[in-house]
Amino acid sequence: MKIGVCIKQVPDTEARLRPSASGQWIDEEEIPFAINEGDEYAIEEAISIAEQTGGEVVVVTVGPERAREALRKALAVGAHRAVHLADEAYAGGDCWATARALAAVANRESFDLILTGSQSADVGFGTTGTLLASMLGWPHAWLVVGLEVADGSAKVTREMEAGKNELLQIGLPAVVEVQAGINKPRYASLKGIMQAKRKEVAELSPADLELDPSQVGAAGSRLEFLSVSVPPKGEGAQILEGDTAEVATQLVDKLRTEARVL
Amino acid sequence: MAGKVWVALQQRGDELHPMSGEAIAAGVRLAATVGSEAEAILLCAEPGTAAETAARYGAAAVRVIQHPSLGAYTPGAFTGALSAAASTEAPGWIVLAHSYQSVDYMPRVAHALDAALVPEVIDFRADDGGVIWTRPVFAGKMQAEVRVRGEGPVVLSVQAGAFPAAQGEASAPISTLDLAADITPDREVLGVEEVAGEHVDLTQAPIILAVGRGIGGAENMDKVEELAAALGAEIGASRPVIDSGWLARDRQIGSSGQTVAPKLYIAAGISGAIQHLVGMKGSRCVVAINKDASAPIFAISQYGIVGDLHEVLPALTEAVKEAKA
Repeated sequence: MKIGVCIKQVPDTEARLRPSASGQWIDEEEIPFAINEGDEYAIEEAISIAEQTGGEVVVVTVGPERAREALRKALAVGAHRAVHLADEAYAGGDCWATARALAAVANRESFDLILTGSQSADVGFGTTGTLLASMLGWPHAWLVVGLEVADGSAKVTREMEAGKNELLQIGLPAVVEVQAGINKPRYASLKGIMQAKRKEVAELSPADLELDPSQVGAAGSRLEFLSVSVPPKGEGAQILEGDTAEVATQLVDKLRTEARVL
Repeated sequence: MAGKVWVALQQRGDELHPMSGEAIAAGVRLAATVGSEAEAILLCAEPGTAAETAARYGAAAVRVIQHPSLGAYTPGAFTGALSAAASTEAPGWIVLAHSYQSVDYMPRVAHALDAALVPEVIDFRADDGGVIWTRPVFAGKMQAEVRVRGEGPVVLSVQAGAFPAAQGEASAPISTLDLAADITPDREVLGVEEVAGEHVDLTQAPIILAVGRGIGGAENMDKVEELAAALGAEIGASRPVIDSGWLARDRQIGSSGQTVAPKLYIAAGISGAIQHLVGMKGSRCVVAINKDASAPIFAISQYGIVGDLHEVLPALTEAVKEAKA
C-alpha cells in the first residue's frame, strides 16, 4: 500500500504573531515553525498503517525552503521519502491552487490512500483535502477520529457535533482528513534522525508536474489576501493589575461584590 | 441583476439546524449588499418542520429539493443535488453554515461549479462592485480580509455566532425544486455512536473552571483540582487538553464537546479559538487567565489576569479559601 501524507509547516501555536510591513500576511521573521498539529497525527496514522500492512509512506508538502525541516521530521519518525513543492510559483496558494498541485503529485505517485490533517493552523481553510479528493474523483472523510483500513476500503469514525461520532465505510483510494487525538504521535529516535538524512527528498517544479505556473500558488488562486490584522477586542476584559496574590484577592472580591457570582 | 444568493440549509432530525437560521441571516444581508435576493434551499428526504421554520427567517423563498438519497447525509448525494440545481439556476453565491456537515461537502460543490471557496466568513462588506470577506486565520488570533478574483459563483460558509438569526412574523413561500440528476451516495453510513465516557454533565454546573493547553501536562492538574474544590466548580477543558489525554473527553467544552452557560466560567490557559468560544460564550461571567495578553479569550471576558496560570491558580485557591473562611 502506498500512502501519501500531505503536511504543512505553520507557525508554532505559541508563536507571537504580528502583521508584516505590507499588512497582507504575518511577519515570518524570527518566529518558530512546526508541523501543523493535525498533520502530525496524519503522519503517525500513515506510518502505523504501513507497519501493519507493509507499504510506503510518502510525505508531501507545499512550502518554502524552511518547510524541508518539517519533511525531515516526518522522515525521522518513519516516512520513507518526501516530495517538496518548494518552487516560488507555489507560494501564496489558496485551497484551489494547493489542491491542484497536490492532485498532480497524487496522480504521478498513484497513492492508494492520502492522509492529512483536517485543517491548517495558519489559513485554516479546512477545505484543501476535500477539494483534492474531488479533483482526484475519490471519496473523502473529514474530521476523522478513527481509521481501519482493510481490503480496498476504510472504516472511518468521523466526529460530529455535540459528542457524537458517525461510523462510515468508504472505498479506496480516498483522502482521509484526521483530527488531533486520533493516535499518539511517536517521537523520532536518534537512529531515525540519522536515517532521515539519507532519505530522498524530491523537489518538483510545476513543469515536473506538467502544470503551468499560472495554475498554482497565488497566480492559480481564486482568493486574494488583502490584509491580516489583530481582531478588534470589543469591550474586552477588565485586566487586573498587581502581583499574583493581589490580583487573586482583587478577582475574588470583584466576583463576590461586582459580578455577584461567588 | 447579480445572480441570486442561495442558502443551503441543514436539517437536524426533522428540524432546521439552528446554524441554518444564521446562514439565512448572512444570505439576506449578502443579498442586500449585492442587490439580489436570498433563497433558502433545503436538501432532504422529508422536509419535516425545517422548510416552515426556514420560511420565517427572512429569505425571499424556500425551495425544497427532495430525494430519498438525501436522508442520511453523504457528500456524494448532497453535492450532486446542490450542484445540479445550481448549474441550472446559476446562483451567484451559495452560503452554508460552517458546520461539521456543510463544510464536509462544500469543497465538492465549489469544484463541481468551478466556484471560488471562502470558508468560515465572520463578516463582509461591499467594495468597488465586489465583496470583501473577513475570516479568522491562526485559530482566531488574527483575522484576514480576502477578495475573490475573477468571475463565477462563490461558495462560502459562515461561522457560528457571526450573523445572528432573525426570525420574523412573515413567512416566505415554499416550493419544490425539481432534481434533474442522478445522485449517488459515495459512502456507506454504518451508524452513529455517543462518544464513550459521556458521563459528566457540565451543562448544569453553576461554576466551571476550564483549562487549556497552557496547563502543560496532566501532572499540573492538581492545581486545577484544588481551585475547583475551593470554588465548588466542575472542571472542563478545551480540545488540546483532551487530545493530549490530560482529561477525559466528557470534560470537553466547545463545538465538538458540551455547550455550557454557567454563572461563572474561569478559562485558564485557554487562548479562545472559536471552536471553544461557541461552547461557552453564553456564560454570565467569564474570567480569563492567560500569559498572552493578546489571546482572543480576553475579548469575551469580564475580568482578565495576564500571568502564568501555574502561579495564579494556587494564589486564587488561597484567596477563595480566605474569602469563604
